Order: sequence, then structure tokens, then C-alpha cells
Amino acid sequence: MTTSPLRHRAAPAAPAHPDPLSVTTARPGVDPTTLTVVKARHPWRWLAAAVALILVAQFVNGLATNPGWDWPTFARYFTAPVVLQALWLTIQLTVYGTVLGFALGMAVAAGRLSKNPVLQTISWTYVWAFRSIPLIVQLLFWFNIAYLYQSLSVGVPFGPSLLTFDVNSTISGMAAAVIGLGLHQAAYSAEIIRAGILSVDAGQLEAAAALGIPRRRQFFRIVLPQAMRGILPNAANEVISLFKGTSIVSTMAIAELFYQVQVIYGRNGRVVPLLMVATVWYILMTTVLSIAQYYVERHYAKGALRTMPLTPWQKVRRRVAAFTAAGRPDAAGGAR
Amino acid sequence: MSLRVGETPTTRPAERADQPDDIIGDPAYAVEILGVHKSFGTLPVLNGVDLRVRRGEVAVILGPSGSGKSTLLRSINHLEKVDRGLILVDSEPIGYRLRGGRLHELAERDILRQRARVGFVFQNFNLFPHLTVLDNVIEAPLSAPRSAPRRRREDVVAHARDLLAAVGVADKADAYPRQLSGGQQQRVAIARALALNPAVILFDEPTSALDPELVGEVLEAIRALAGQGRTLIIVTHEIGFAREVADTVVFMDDGVIVEHGLPAEVLDHPTHERTRAFLSKVL
Repeated sequence: MTTSPLRHRAAPAAPAHPDPLSVTTARPGVDPTTLTVVKARHPWRWLAAAVALILVAQFVNGLATNPGWDWPTFARYFTAPVVLQALWLTIQLTVYGTVLGFALGMAVAAGRLSKNPVLQTISWTYVWAFRSIPLIVQLLFWFNIAYLYQSLSVGVPFGPSLLTFDVNSTISGMAAAVIGLGLHQAAYSAEIIRAGILSVDAGQLEAAAALGIPRRRQFFRIVLPQAMRGILPNAANEVISLFKGTSIVSTMAIAELFYQVQVIYGRNGRVVPLLMVATVWYILMTTVLSIAQYYVERHYAKGALRTMPLTPWQKVRRRVAAFTAAGRPDAAGGAR
Repeated sequence: MSLRVGETPTTRPAERADQPDDIIGDPAYAVEILGVHKSFGTLPVLNGVDLRVRRGEVAVILGPSGSGKSTLLRSINHLEKVDRGLILVDSEPIGYRLRGGRLHELAERDILRQRARVGFVFQNFNLFPHLTVLDNVIEAPLSAPRSAPRRRREDVVAHARDLLAAVGVADKADAYPRQLSGGQQQRVAIARALALNPAVILFDEPTSALDPELVGEVLEAIRALAGQGRTLIIVTHEIGFAREVADTVVFMDDGVIVEHGLPAEVLDHPTHERTRAFLSKVL
């Protein structure tokens, strides 16, 4: 299927009175506008594809035929209530960690970009500290926070306290996990947000300032939408890695997805199919996040490209439309 | 006249908040630049510039690269802070309040309000690429600070469409800036600067980033603004354009004004060797 104007096999005879300016006069009988294109052949490309496909087929065959995968067990546990509950907890950890991480990250990025030297230093120190501490170490600190602080008070700094909480009962394992994931995430989010903001041309801020646009609106209306193009791919990376990273809190006996499948295979000994249960759920959720990422990025690409590329779905629909059009005998060249 | 700006702004007990501002400007002038000095680090850029531009005057600033033209223009809008001296727009110091013989730094909010009275057209257009042409033009009028009277959106949009029509890009209102040619983008930028109805418009080499065949359409849009009562200050290398539209021509070199007068005087009978040398190169 081609839209090339060169592909008209029924070439008309050379004109009887050739145009003196036309190149066709150089070689009588050859009209460059009606020549047929013969595509170059790529035998090695075909061979490489064949070899790769054979390997893929072998792998798929192994998945289907090797009894070790134990698909019946996989099927039994894949949508078991206990697994779905654990999946839900994993999603919650991801959402809370992302929200806390990016909210705090935005504040830290603002601090690093501010003109206030105190805020700059504190923000830099925060990023330095939380990037230096391994996540697992930090999580265990939060899990054992009651060892350091038995009670938590809200009140006047260095003065009387108004509200007091017992740390051990307030900071549950789940809360410790969310705090740990969120604080860890904030250090990385801050740098990603800062990088996005720095990538916006300084002329944009100058233009906004010259127009007298208020500071807050300059940021939210002019800078942030443009920074988002730089922030989003990295932010999506972080959310996906946080989603899988939640499996680390299994060390704190929180019943998220990975912890739960460990518990199950600890009981029934079917390690591989249960690992596959977790794996497939991780893959599915990451796919959903990737699709969401694609459309959010597309939203923020407005104005950055002269014409928007088609979405995969639009491409499929266009292909189908072209295919059905070509199927009709009267619609030659209907691919346009 | 030279005022020191570097001092820390303080409020003396004798000063009261309701004390009136000191008035030093001359109401005949839209822009007064008084003894302005500016350096970037150790590199001096402006070495004592004095320039007065009357209301409704079209002033063209010429000069070789690095002569301080753009810095001077940017200082008028407080995009650059001067080290010494003072700039008045409508007799009001830009960036400061003069009270009790002292300059008090203004809060950013007040500086932004002052800037709204001065339009600025950049060499690289600096349109907002993620907003449509129409949204670029209505952005500033719709985001006026709380204290300013807010205008109805329909009125702002109608005014923006008129402005786009006036510069000949009415049909591009829904396009994004990157879908336009450089000349069209710069004309949109002019419409955007006009949206706040500024008394003064500053042009920083508005045609220098354009292909030669697009220069004319932008100059045409600027020409249409001259003689409408607005004060225009234009930094440019287009000598022919300067001769045609300027009321006064200013020649700058090494951070000072070398020559200042009618176009016929400065361009055809320059009295300074530096002006002659520059004009012989560009004409």
C-alpha cells in the first residue's frame, strides 16, 4: 500500500510535442513522473527477524509446556482475594508514596531554586541526606522510631505542647512505610522537578515579568506547563520504580503483594507460580502506568510540536480504514 | 543629576507611610534616564547614560554590538537593575519609591504593576509556546493583579482579536506559536505587548532574528504604531527604518550616548568620529 505519486504502472505514451523546458526531452520515451519504484531487497533483515522469531517461539513454547510453571496454581491464586487485597495495599503504598514524595519534592525544589540562602542550604542538605541513606535502612529507622521518640507533640517550638501522640500506636508499620517511601521519593522528585524548571528558557520568565504577570501565575501558567515536558518522563520512571520498590517493605511484614505471595509459597511450596502471580500483576500495573504516561505527556506536548503524531489507537483505526477502502474495487489509492 | 541606589532602604522615624512621594520628574517626558550606570560583574556596560524621551516620541537607539543598547532598554523595564542613577517612567521611579530623599525598593508585586505600563518586544519573540496565539495575547490582561480593575473575559478576547487583526494575524488566533513564521510570531508579540495598552513600548532588536524577507512585515506593524501617541523606544540595526519613523536618533557606544538628535542630523551629518565609523559600516 503506497501513496507515492510515482506508482502508476499504466504509463502514458511520451507526449507528441515535448515541452522544451521539461527534463523528459533529455531521454525520449522516459517520463520521470511516471516511473515505477522497485524497492531495495533486504535478505539479512529477513534472516535476522526469522532467527529472533524462532527464539521467541521457543520461549513461548517453554512457558506453555514446561510443567514447572504450574499454570493451574497460577490461575488459582492470580485473582484470589488475599492476593487482590495485597495488590490493593501495594497500590495504596504507591499512591501515598507518590503524593507525599512529589508534594514534598516540589517544596524542596522550590527551596533549592529560591533566593533565600537558608532555604537553599536546607533543601540541598535534605536531598544529600535522603539520597545517601539506602531506602531499606531508612524504612527500618522509621519502623523503630518509637525507640528514639516515645511521644510526638504538636505545640509552640521549644514551648508548651498542645497535642501529644504515642508514637508506637500512631506510626503503624504502614505509616512508617509510607513516610519512608515518601521521604526517599521526595529527594529524587525534587531533583527531577528542579531539572524540569531549569529547562524552561529564561526568556519565558522575562516575557512573563515584562507583561506584569503575577509571580504565582508566572509559575503555574507559564513555567510549570513547559517544565512538565521535562519532568514527566522522569517522574513516570520514578512512579513505576516506586511501585515495584514497594516490595522492599515486605521486610517489615506489611502484607503487600510480594510479602503475600511469599507467605503463600511458604505454606504450599509452589514458589515459581506464585512469583509469576506477583510478576504478572507488576507487569500489568506498569503497563497501565505507561499508557497513562503516554497520554499525559501528549497533553503537555501541545504547542511543542507543529503537528501532533497519531496515538497508537488512531494509527490502528487509520490502518483499518485504509485496508477496508483498498478492499473495494473502485477505491484504488484510497489509503490517503 | 545622580542618585545613589546602592544604599540599604531604611525607614527613618520621621517618615510616615502616608507621606507623599518626592516628585522629581518632568511631566513632558514619558521616560527619563538619569545618570545610569550598570556593570555585569567587573564589566561596565552603562557608564552614565542620560536620556529623556518625550511623550509620543519615537526614539531609535543605534550602536555597535556591546554598546549597552539592549541593557539600557531592559533597565527601563527593570529587567536589569541599574547600579547607580534612576529611571523614571511617567515621572515615577522604576523599581523604587522616592520618599523623604531616599529610594525605597518596591515589592515585586509593585514592580510587576509598573511593568504593565511598559510593553516590551523581544528579539527572540519569547511567545509562550504552550499557549495559542490568542491565549498569549489575553494572558497578561486576564492576570492583572487584584488591585487593578479586572476586565471581563469577553472584552479582553474581543480586544485581543482586534489587535491580532491590526497586525495582520487574525486568522492565526488558534494556532500555536511554533506553527507560525518568525515574522508572524513577532507580530503576535507586538499584539501581546499592546494588550495592556501601555504608554511606552520598548523594542529590543525586533527584526534581528528574522529572515530578510520577513523584516518588512514587522517594521510595517511598528510603523503603524508610530504617531498614535504612544512612546516607542526602538533598538535596531535598520538604519533606513530609523530615518523614516524616528523623531530622534540616539547613537550609543561603550555604554554612553555619543550623539542624540534628529535623524537627519545624526544619520546624515554625524559630528562624532565614532558615529561616522559605525554608519559607514552599516549603510
